[in-house]
Amino acid sequence: MSKTITIDGLAVPFQEGQTIMDAALVSGVYIPHLCHNPEFKPHGSCKLCTVNVNGRNVASCTMPAVEGQQVLSDIAELNADRLALTQMLFVEGNHLCPACEKTGNCQLQAVAYYLGMMSPHYNHFYPQREADASHPDVMLDRNRCIYCELCVRASREVDGKNVFGLSGRGIKTLLVVNSASGLLGDTDLAVTDKAAHVCPTGAILIKRHGYAVPIGQRVFDHITIKEVQTGGSDE
Amino acid sequence: MSENSDRSPLPNPLPQAGEGAAVSPACDALKKTRIATCSLAGCFGCHMSFLDIDERLFGLIELVEFDRSPLTDIKHCGPCDIGLVEGGVCNAENVHVLKEFRKNCKVLVAIGACAINGGVPAMRNNIDLWDCFQEVYCYEGGLECGQIPNDPELPLPFDKVHPIYEVVKVDYFLPGCPPSGDAIWNFLTDLLSGREPKLDYEMLHFD
Amino acid sequence: MQQFEFSDISRILTPILARHGGDASRLLQVLLEVQDVCHFIPSKAIDLIAAHFGVPRVNVEGVVGFYSFLSTHPVGEYRLLFSGNITDQMLGKDELMQYLCNKLWVEPGKVSEDGLVSIASTSCTGMCDQGPAALINGWPLTKLDHNRLDLIAELIRSRKPVADWPAMLFEVADNIHRGDVLLGQPSEPGAAIRATLARGAKETLAEVDKSNLRGRGGAGFKTASKWSFCHAAIAEEEGGIICDVGGHPERFIVCNADEGEPGTFKDRVLLNSYADLVFEGMTVGARVVGASKGFLYLRGEYRYLLQQLEAVLKRRREAGLLGENILGQTDFSFDIEIHLGAGAYICGEESALIESLEGKRGRPRNRPPFPVTYGYKGRPTVVDNVETFACAAKIAEKGGAWFAAIGTAQSTGTKLISVSGDVARPGIYEYPFGVTVSQILDDCGAEGRSYAVQVSGPSGTTISWKEFERKIAFEDLPTAGALMVFRRKRDLFQAAQNFADFFAHESCGFCTPCRVGTELQKKIMSKIASGYGTASDLEELKRLGHILKTMSHCGLGSSAANPVLDILEKFPDMVESKLKAFAFKPAFDLDGALATARTITGRDDDWAHL
Repeated sequence: MSKTITIDGLAVPFQEGQTIMDAALVSGVYIPHLCHNPEFKPHGSCKLCTVNVNGRNVASCTMPAVEGQQVLSDIAELNADRLALTQMLFVEGNHLCPACEKTGNCQLQAVAYYLGMMSPHYNHFYPQREADASHPDVMLDRNRCIYCELCVRASREVDGKNVFGLSGRGIKTLLVVNSASGLLGDTDLAVTDKAAHVCPTGAILIKRHGYAVPIGQRVFDHITIKEVQTGGSDE
Repeated sequence: MSENSDRSPLPNPLPQAGEGAAVSPACDALKKTRIATCSLAGCFGCHMSFLDIDERLFGLIELVEFDRSPLTDIKHCGPCDIGLVEGGVCNAENVHVLKEFRKNCKVLVAIGACAINGGVPAMRNNIDLWDCFQEVYCYEGGLECGQIPNDPELPLPFDKVHPIYEVVKVDYFLPGCPPSGDAIWNFLTDLLSGREPKLDYEMLHFD
Repeated sequence: MQQFEFSDISRILTPILARHGGDASRLLQVLLEVQDVCHFIPSKAIDLIAAHFGVPRVNVEGVVGFYSFLSTHPVGEYRLLFSGNITDQMLGKDELMQYLCNKLWVEPGKVSEDGLVSIASTSCTGMCDQGPAALINGWPLTKLDHNRLDLIAELIRSRKPVADWPAMLFEVADNIHRGDVLLGQPSEPGAAIRATLARGAKETLAEVDKSNLRGRGGAGFKTASKWSFCHAAIAEEEGGIICDVGGHPERFIVCNADEGEPGTFKDRVLLNSYADLVFEGMTVGARVVGASKGFLYLRGEYRYLLQQLEAVLKRRREAGLLGENILGQTDFSFDIEIHLGAGAYICGEESALIESLEGKRGRPRNRPPFPVTYGYKGRPTVVDNVETFACAAKIAEKGGAWFAAIGTAQSTGTKLISVSGDVARPGIYEYPFGVTVSQILDDCGAEGRSYAVQVSGPSGTTISWKEFERKIAFEDLPTAGALMVFRRKRDLFQAAQNFADFFAHESCGFCTPCRVGTELQKKIMSKIASGYGTASDLEELKRLGHILKTMSHCGLGSSAANPVLDILEKFPDMVESKLKAFAFKPAFDLDGALATARTITGRDDDWAHL
């Protein structure tokens, strides 16, 4: 008999070695997340997936599931805090959805919709960040980077290339690329690399594919990120 | 999300006492709700979308009257129930207009992406203001003599474009670029009937 | 700006790289030396260093960008960093820094046009009892005043090498005003190791257990538990169990001397005058857990101690107290290597410290696994505070029962307190646990009537005069050792703002709540300080505090709101007096935001103002 944890009162089975997030996703339980992608090693930076386990908050994507854990996730307080984190991500960067090719297919935007974000609430930082169009096939726009390091992980773990990395610290954290010029075009990134296709926002885009899908047919136009990521249906 | 399945076109008499910042009750059924609208650093796209409520405008006009608005050509906003502000704040004139709205409107609504996060005009926030001016007036296609205009009638621009909630208190947000006519209609009918405005999933979008 | 040709850089790097060898864990140490020589890390050096260690260039660049003392752009040949702690500020740091900037024609935070000098602020340098303090090219300057700055300006203008500056500028005093079992009773080097070898490792662990020693870094985890977890740990990685030596994984002992908590300087004194005791404790720990390698992670600000600490290690090796076959014991070899930090408070967090030891960005790891099972290079690792090791040495020598008899039941032994701020005799005070704050205030000559005390630095607790009978103990006021005193009429809001700035500066940037939350907190505190604060800003601070506390990745984020929440709760008048209005105020200075456009257009008419 498999072991189980309880998420919002629902018994969720898990295998030894799985995290709370792993178990939840397998069972179709949605916990909002941005930096987590089941194809890669858990990271735990966005903190949207924070859940309450036996009275203590933990990131569900990195916390191992342990028999008998009582997990609270879809509760008003946590959803309000997740909304606040999402709003923080919006104001620290320059997320101008109408001018972004990823709009409609963007996970940051979709999480914001799911959490009912009507405004970014906090005062905007409007940081000065560089866009990099030097690569023939891939566009890098740091204005939209949320430091989830999915591109860093994909390049390292899947492509075996280390094209991306983080530099700086704190609010001055910066996505950098593996070339002396600092330009993406001077790295060995290929358009077929996994790293070019994992960005949850519009920071890394494939060139010449912009706005290919008409409004109304985009990923999140009619269904929520919850349905997309769990394959379930929203009530 | 919303549970207004039994919604009639518009309730009458109009506003009930709502919670929070909802419209204060009108004294009698005959008094119309007064609405002002304006576009600051915006493209009037939200206003165009407002017109997209189409024939429902006829129903609406029975219930509301317009103060300052591109629809009326009234220059200054007087006491109103609802102010709808499109566009962000990019210059000194925007601040004067916005403050006038805040002073006169019981409920102030930021409508559209620009009012809420600066929108497309905020894309200049990454560019130094000096460079902006030089590009526009001194280099290609500038004034004949390449001068930067200094006429006091011209509104002076800010270093950066800001959403309106960074300048005045805002009661409600209606995102979208623009919000659809249906979203505006739903939002207004909620507000006019004293309900907390809520958007269905498909009506909430940032583009 | 200095230009370096590729051949120059290669010439500079070759001996440095040769000395450090090929293990990428030496990366940070190499970068510190390059920064010293070049005053920045040239792009070409990054290429060469990456190739030398066989790591991606982007990783080296990431490390350079993370640490405050490293830079990708040249800093001044003379780089002056003023300690920015609130105690330095209360002693006139802001005015002094501006004074020196004016004298040397340089703007704060910028490099002079000739590249000669740069002047900026840095986080607390740990000289709070002899401030205002600064670092000149990494060397500590103390007791700064106008006379000293005049001299310093002259020395810089005449381009005198820092090594030739008058010694009195660099004098660092211990200022020990009260000693007890650690500072007051000298120990013979080797005594604790002899006792441990005579008693046995297991039995020594039992003594440490009996002593109920708890970590002195502030968290108070029981040391014996940490040691026994590490001893019992089996290191696993993909592919199975790690066996490095004799069927065991290698284990490591790490001494955390990254004393970055503002207001704390007791580890500096221990390392300056009691280094033997600290190394002795590490060696005892090594014997207990079965480690053959130890590290002292010394904060960059204390780099001036490096040479003398190396000398102590050398002396101990010669005396048979370190190295192969310690005290003739053929099954006991242990040595200690010193790693320098490079200006990152977060590296005081044990898992970030380990990342830094490995030559990486100091980012706290996800836990579990904890360092005791998965630490340095994936091996079981004990990370303890400097003072903890000093205590452990004493316990090994004198026994657990002796130690447990000191202090309170839950907080045994003594605690070193670094006292600074509005007191007559700032410095180090050692007390048995359980001492009251008022006792300490009496002993250090707190000026007039003290008003508030910051216990355990910005991440600790602000207590008001009503709470001075509270006790220094894990069960009441736990502390890593800082005690900053504020007299009446001090602007406590300024202190809270200083602390908020500190956390924003030191956030590692990994997780959303801390990266953005500390910056938002800093901005709101600044808005209030400039007279634009409103009641809703206070509500926003409380809400941010909740998010920081409950959603952050590590202790930095979860404690970053403490000073702000404390002042809001305990000194609401201090904050409310800063509020000029209760109504809404814009998020930014409207008129100020028109200044650039006024300059460009040359306008100054009524419509050009708000």
